[in-house]
Amino acid sequence: MVSRFKEALDSGKFVITSEVAPPKGTNLEKMQHHIELLKDKVDGINITDHQSSAMRFPSLGGCLAVLESGGEAIMQMTCRDRNRMALEADLLFAYSRGVRNVLCLTGDAVPVGDHKEAKGVFDLDSLQLLNAIDCLAGGEDLGGNALDGAVEFCMGAIVTPEAEPLEPQLIKFEKKVEAGAEFFQTQAIYDLENFKKFMDYARKFNTKILAGIVLLSSARMAKYMTANVPGIFVPQELIDEMSAVPKEEMLAKGVEIAGRTIAALKKDNLCNGVHIMAIGREETVPDILAAAGI
Amino acid sequence: MKSMTKQKPIEEIQQSLESLDKVFIVGCGTCTTLTNTGGVEQVDEMKDKLQEMGKWLTGAVVIPTACDDMTDVAMKENEQAIRSADCLLSMSCALGVHRMSLYLDIPVIPAVDTLFIGVEETPGLFREACAQCGQCLLGITAGVCPITACHKSLVNGPCGGTNNGKCEVDSEKDCAWTLIYNRLKEQNRLHLMHQYQPPRNHHITLQPKSMKIS
Repeated sequence: MVSRFKEALDSGKFVITSEVAPPKGTNLEKMQHHIELLKDKVDGINITDHQSSAMRFPSLGGCLAVLESGGEAIMQMTCRDRNRMALEADLLFAYSRGVRNVLCLTGDAVPVGDHKEAKGVFDLDSLQLLNAIDCLAGGEDLGGNALDGAVEFCMGAIVTPEAEPLEPQLIKFEKKVEAGAEFFQTQAIYDLENFKKFMDYARKFNTKILAGIVLLSSARMAKYMTANVPGIFVPQELIDEMSAVPKEEMLAKGVEIAGRTIAALKKDNLCNGVHIMAIGREETVPDILAAAGI
Repeated sequence: MKSMTKQKPIEEIQQSLESLDKVFIVGCGTCTTLTNTGGVEQVDEMKDKLQEMGKWLTGAVVIPTACDDMTDVAMKENEQAIRSADCLLSMSCALGVHRMSLYLDIPVIPAVDTLFIGVEETPGLFREACAQCGQCLLGITAGVCPITACHKSLVNGPCGGTNNGKCEVDSEKDCAWTLIYNRLKEQNRLHLMHQYQPPRNHHITLQPKSMKIS
């Protein structure tokens, strides 16, 4: 069984991915509802891995729910909570159950989350995780031992086009490409001119770039992200545009902006696709796609 | 280089001293004197606190250095007062607690927590400079240690949490990889940052660590 997501990437079409966060608890209804909502509209559904270092139902469990629904899962895997043995074991299990795509992340720091006294592991980093997957694909584990049955994943990573300073991030981006990252989902981008500059650089590398689209749900959120979230820059015009509408219409405005951004990226063929992050507003993703004309 | 410490909450000290009524206090004239956690003044304050708790002080001393072989001599000089105590309350760092425990049969109770071995960068500002990982990378990181200076001890470049040269866990903390990048750039050695660093060996010196010098 090959990765349908990889087939979509290789087909040259404008690829759409989105993400769903597992619940804090065992009630999976909401997550399953979001999966149902998205599975036929996107080429892959990312399942987050204890996003923002808040403990939740595992990414792997969410990915199995995606597969059970007939969707295509992209397993997010951070290095924060598991040492190399646990990561490798989870990769073997994920592969055996049909997961075919992995997004490799270093992971947020433990103290920003909800288990502030927990040990951050970081035995591997995102780059070493890419290499570990490559190693497992070659039939060996990181201890140099032969596997009885290898893995075959489409593996990706993230990059932050608006990082300040940018060059250290780009060096790491290049190392990830060298390690075999077949796709990148970027941190949220809002300024298309800045993103064009990034793509002029990134296009030189043999990998696919999916631009990160984070739904703006209010003017306050837009201001907060610009001020507080590393690598996110919302231009003042967009903040003004959000502020100009009544509070109850802000979400619709955010959907319109996200749709408009996606349409512009697609029209100008700026990148290989988009990764839509609606962060708690997954219900709006079909509307965003409709607004984008997709 | 100093062993950096902070005093434990008095409630915790009191709990540790439960059923240990006769106490001998030892401060240290080196690191805890410098950090104001176990010098003459803090030992005097501790005497008062212990008396308020109803403890009986058999004595108190600030020895020059609690972690070297002179500790034994200092212990002998105070032998009688120490012998008549139920325990020794140490206001030295953990190295001193360990050393004193080698010489004494009575419990040695730490009154401070040992945080890290710090190097004074600017007056009064101490930073952990070395985690003694056994795999020194300073030659390729322009003298900035990614193990101690990066919250996640990353060896292949910055994470996505870096922001304007600061760290995601604390906007007052510098991002180690921004520092490394800037210094390597100045040295015209940025190619070093492009090198892939493999996963670290966490057992270069097998825990528990020791080394015999012949």
